[in-house]
Amino acid sequence: MSKTHVTTTVNGDTAEFLASPGMTLLDALRDELGLTGAKEGCGSGDCGACSVMLDGRLVCSCLVLAPEVEGRRVETIEGMAQGGQLHPLQQKFLEHAALQCGFCTPGLLVASKALLDANPDPTETEARYWLAGNLCRCTGYDKIIRAVMDAAAELRQERTA
Amino acid sequence: MSQLAYIAPSSPEEAASALAASGARPLSGGTDLLVQLRAGRAKPDVIVDLKKVAGAIGIREAGGGFVIGASTSGAVLGEHAGLVRAWPGVVEGANLIGSTQVQGRASLAGNLCNASPAADGVPALIAARATCLIVGPNGRREAPVESIAVGPGKTSLAPGEFILEFRLPPRPARASDAYLRLIPRTEMDIAVAGCGVNLVLDAAGAVAEAHVAIGAVAPTALLVAEAGAALVGGKLDEASLDAMTAAVRAACRPISDKRGTADYRTRIAGVLARRAALIAFERAGGMR
Repeated sequence: MSKTHVTTTVNGDTAEFLASPGMTLLDALRDELGLTGAKEGCGSGDCGACSVMLDGRLVCSCLVLAPEVEGRRVETIEGMAQGGQLHPLQQKFLEHAALQCGFCTPGLLVASKALLDANPDPTETEARYWLAGNLCRCTGYDKIIRAVMDAAAELRQERTA
Repeated sequence: MSQLAYIAPSSPEEAASALAASGARPLSGGTDLLVQLRAGRAKPDVIVDLKKVAGAIGIREAGGGFVIGASTSGAVLGEHAGLVRAWPGVVEGANLIGSTQVQGRASLAGNLCNASPAADGVPALIAARATCLIVGPNGRREAPVESIAVGPGKTSLAPGEFILEFRLPPRPARASDAYLRLIPRTEMDIAVAGCGVNLVLDAAGAVAEAHVAIGAVAPTALLVAEAGAALVGGKLDEASLDAMTAAVRAACRPISDKRGTADYRTRIAGVLARRAALIAFERAGGMR
């Protein structure tokens, strides 16, 4: 059983690991690199708990083979807070109690940041459709959407300030 | 799984030769293949990642039409203003596949070659009269999109063959397309029925050319020539729309399953065709 040596960039730092056959990016992040923020909910791309950015594009890391990230750029939830300072989305998720068990939270935060980076002023409908691939079985989504819309407003203010 | 190897060739010929080996499976966006691997439904010995093959990713204009790298993700298609302007139906079909995350990976080639009868990316491509550039161990050939899927999960591609590009024909003025599907909720579901309509209008605003393709109502997506023909020469008056709807329903050979009965699918396919035709007509600048 041959392993593939993979060199990639994770949250700005070079990372190397040995990928065993069939290993997904999610497996590599969690088991080889110790980044356990991305969660495995379904393993089939339905729940979004494993969401990460791959070359600036939102993907499910369970649907990416680990060797595919050779030479590419991966961003995970672990890179979201800067120097101990929570990202406004993280802060708003806390303030709005947009989580209960927290299992879906890393994926929702990564997906929400991807939305606001691409579209700083989304309508509620746009936000709901964008996040349709992130399942939460606790909150009923309303608090999540309120947190995202509030964070978007705050980020827009920061930009104009 | 213990034997599973991964290769990512950059030359089309190398990819074709690797794919010709028994136990080889192509990887495009992976949104179907990785699910099948995990479920044990696919047990390849080698995965040939086609995304590094020259030409497999990207959109370019050539000869007045568009060339779409077969592994280009849905998200990239949706962000290409020129493609959206010329072929809004093709893009809206592709963009209906899965979530934002899935859009970051899922490709038209994967959607077509996975050969689900309900593939949302396929009917509008067929209605567009798009062709596939196929690379294989014996060279290259071009084939219409509707010739690829031959039944659920089955394609006409020979061992080693893969789709490198989709080619969309030149777009005259006063032309547009649309794709509609029905699902029981607003997002994240598989089509009960789908329909793509592509129209070209003449200088007087009448339909000069019409193509209608339906999905999820037969073992493969179907081009319904009689439905297109019913629209030609008019401005989508009620009689021609009725004739088109009847032609669509006559072509349906659906199954009954948990998503809908055969009767319901047949009825809905006609409704979707009518609505998609009206949208394409309006997009093309038509006035009824």
